[in-house]
Amino acid sequence: MTPAEMLERDQKQRDQKQGEQDQTSQAMFGQCPLPIFDHPQIVLGHGSGGKLTAELIEKVFLSRFRNPALERMDDQAQLEIGGARLAFTTDSFVVTPIFFPGGDIGTLAVNGTVNDLAMGGAKPLYLAAAFILEEGLASAELERVADSMRAAAAQAGVQLVTGDTKVVNRGKGDKVFITTTGIGVIDRGTRLSADGARPGDKILLSGTIGDHGVTILSTREELDFECALESDCAALNGLVEEMLDEAEASGDVQAIHCMRDPTRGGVATTLNEIAGRSQVGMLLEEQVIPVRDSVRGACEMLGLDPLYVANEGKMIAVVAPEIADRVLERMRRHPLGRAATMIGEVIAQHPRMVLAKTAVGGTRVVDLLFGEQLPRIC
Amino acid sequence: MKYLDEYRDGAIAAKLVEEIRRVQTRPWVIMEVCGGQTHSIVKNGIDRLLPSGIELVHGPGCPVCVTPLEMIDKAHAIARRPEVIFCSFGDMLRVPGSNGDLFTIKSLGGDVRVVYSPIDCLKIARANPDKKVVFFAIGFETTAPANAMLAWRAKADRLRNISLLVSHVLVPPAIETILSSPVNRVQGFLGPGHVCAVVGYGDYEPLAKRFHVPIVITGFEPLDILDGVLMTVRQLETGRAEVENQYSRILGRGGNRPAQDVIEKVFEVRDRKWRGVGEIARSGYRLRSEFRDFDAEQIFDVAAIDTEESQVCISGQILQGIKKPHDCPAFGTACTPQHPLGATMVSAEGACAAYYAYGRHLDESELVTLGGAA
Amino acid sequence: MCLAIPGKVIETFAKGGMQMGRVQFGGVLREACLEYVPETQPGDYVLVHVGFAISRVDEQEAEQTYRALAELDQLSELEVPEVDAPEVEDRRPSNGRE
Repeated sequence: MTPAEMLERDQKQRDQKQGEQDQTSQAMFGQCPLPIFDHPQIVLGHGSGGKLTAELIEKVFLSRFRNPALERMDDQAQLEIGGARLAFTTDSFVVTPIFFPGGDIGTLAVNGTVNDLAMGGAKPLYLAAAFILEEGLASAELERVADSMRAAAAQAGVQLVTGDTKVVNRGKGDKVFITTTGIGVIDRGTRLSADGARPGDKILLSGTIGDHGVTILSTREELDFECALESDCAALNGLVEEMLDEAEASGDVQAIHCMRDPTRGGVATTLNEIAGRSQVGMLLEEQVIPVRDSVRGACEMLGLDPLYVANEGKMIAVVAPEIADRVLERMRRHPLGRAATMIGEVIAQHPRMVLAKTAVGGTRVVDLLFGEQLPRIC
Repeated sequence: MKYLDEYRDGAIAAKLVEEIRRVQTRPWVIMEVCGGQTHSIVKNGIDRLLPSGIELVHGPGCPVCVTPLEMIDKAHAIARRPEVIFCSFGDMLRVPGSNGDLFTIKSLGGDVRVVYSPIDCLKIARANPDKKVVFFAIGFETTAPANAMLAWRAKADRLRNISLLVSHVLVPPAIETILSSPVNRVQGFLGPGHVCAVVGYGDYEPLAKRFHVPIVITGFEPLDILDGVLMTVRQLETGRAEVENQYSRILGRGGNRPAQDVIEKVFEVRDRKWRGVGEIARSGYRLRSEFRDFDAEQIFDVAAIDTEESQVCISGQILQGIKKPHDCPAFGTACTPQHPLGATMVSAEGACAAYYAYGRHLDESELVTLGGAA
Repeated sequence: MCLAIPGKVIETFAKGGMQMGRVQFGGVLREACLEYVPETQPGDYVLVHVGFAISRVDEQEAEQTYRALAELDQLSELEVPEVDAPEVEDRRPSNGRE
């Protein structure tokens, strides 16, 4: 078979599979009331962090790898090994462009993994980094990324202790993909998990939202706008330590019920995840959520909602009401928490649903998106 | 942001609601025509703020939902071609045709690009002389000046590798169709503010007169919508049926003449099929024959494809304001934004999608009182 | 259709055979085509849809509209006390066939 014939055969098989899927879907309409997962190919939406991503993980991975640690679906796995409590996490970074105002793929890789560990109450200790390099990548660019990673690691107090590199053909990888794995130790009696939110808890946000996502958008040629905005990419473990100190000082380190950094999919996605896992509702006050002018301007222009735009240096904390004010004050004393705000609270009504009170006094549901948020004209 | 933030003031919103309540003596059914207005209403929870006697129904003002399936399939057929760079507004990327959406085509290797402005396509065409750039030119009259400029510049600059797939729709014929229906319930309209910024509102006067309905040309911010509702209710309560302009800071009766001139030079009116509603005479645009070299429908051989709409879907009735999303047995179950069965779930501004995103759960008995809601 | 927002024109220039402007939206700047609002000067506010200014904001009208809204309750206090609504037939919109 010639390569052309092979390509044609593959295409025919894909078409046939699609046809089969479609027929099955149609046959099911009359009976099955549930939304149907019928994507024969992976589409970009699967990487957006919204419902498509959740479905992908559920159908393909959770169904095959069931165990208690995995099923908690936190950003890190919390494990007991030989009497020590450890947090263990992994993350991949595929951002384009690899250099952007405020950081690069290297800073993202280090800080992203440090943050995932910190959100579990762990002191991040060691990182592993695997690089997939595209043939043709300028060595100078790779060195720049490595320099950034060194600086970020030093800042966060972690060491890169092992790694791997592979090279793929030109066109098979967007300059560089980085996968980082991190391990940290949980040395306080914290109980932090997405299922820990309780009615009455306060929801704290550490600062302005949408900075990273809009910065990346501003580098997209086809959108072509200028702004003096930088990614907020930062390691949050220092801030987290301060907050846990405050909780401990108040008498109960477990009064902080959950911490998460809202990355892809934004604050809205993160809050939905927590509400879903904890089986609680949430009520936000839209007007108090801090948004920079540039982020607002870009979002208004493109028809985007800042609540769904990615962040890389912000965190959400769900905190028992008794200590919420103290923790908030403590956050504001830290350089990464100056604009920290209480944005809402956890309620018993409408479990798994996040609502927001709007500027004009109405209510709206802040739902999960199913794919990426796209610029719109309508 | 100036001329935006002021129109989101909560205290003034409360006053407007109070005034509507004061003026209203009986129930009224009002339709907001434009998808952007629907978005604003649902996103700000305005329908929940209004006194219970005011029923807002969402009109067919979303070019995404009303683009016929045949046109979507044509777009997809063109986008699949290896020599094509297919450019589109973000809204259309997720609209499913008979076989997947533009994302699916992208995942199979198609070159599909989101653009913010139609004239961005000129740059893409120049940068890719060996490719054929095709722009999916959808929209109401609001977007026609921009799409027209693309065709105009492409011709003036003698570009050989760019064309438009035009699927424009016009508002007044749609309103006429709704009002002509024997089961129409709509008594007043919030007219499309940005459409009228382009074409003016002279065309709405005969409609208001013939059908005896008030039409208030309304903006998009919460205060605009509430103000528009107030003006409509005032008319309804006093038996008036005129065209009024709520959005006077942006438009006047004549609209934008330079824009109308260019539209006139590039497009001509045609009959058009509306998804969920059927064919409406003289309700769309097509490129004039002088621009045939830039008409993707003529350049690419995309013969009519057999399309079949879902039997379950009642979007036709929703688009005309006869039914609500909740009335549909498939709403939220077999039909979701993820797997839409028809027009009104397909785009974020479609009535069903907007309800799904913002309002689906809100049951009066469960609603947490926020102090101020109706 | 219809996502259009007001922005401030910072400067104007010609490009690609069209009159263009650099327009500010909050903290963001973007080019917009000004061909349809030919008398626009820097400092004016325009309404931009998909990279095209389709209208200029009438600042005086805006001022009046806003003031009218803000003073709504004061105005209604000044109004003559309500009289009964005039008798009208049960109103259903006619479908054109009188």
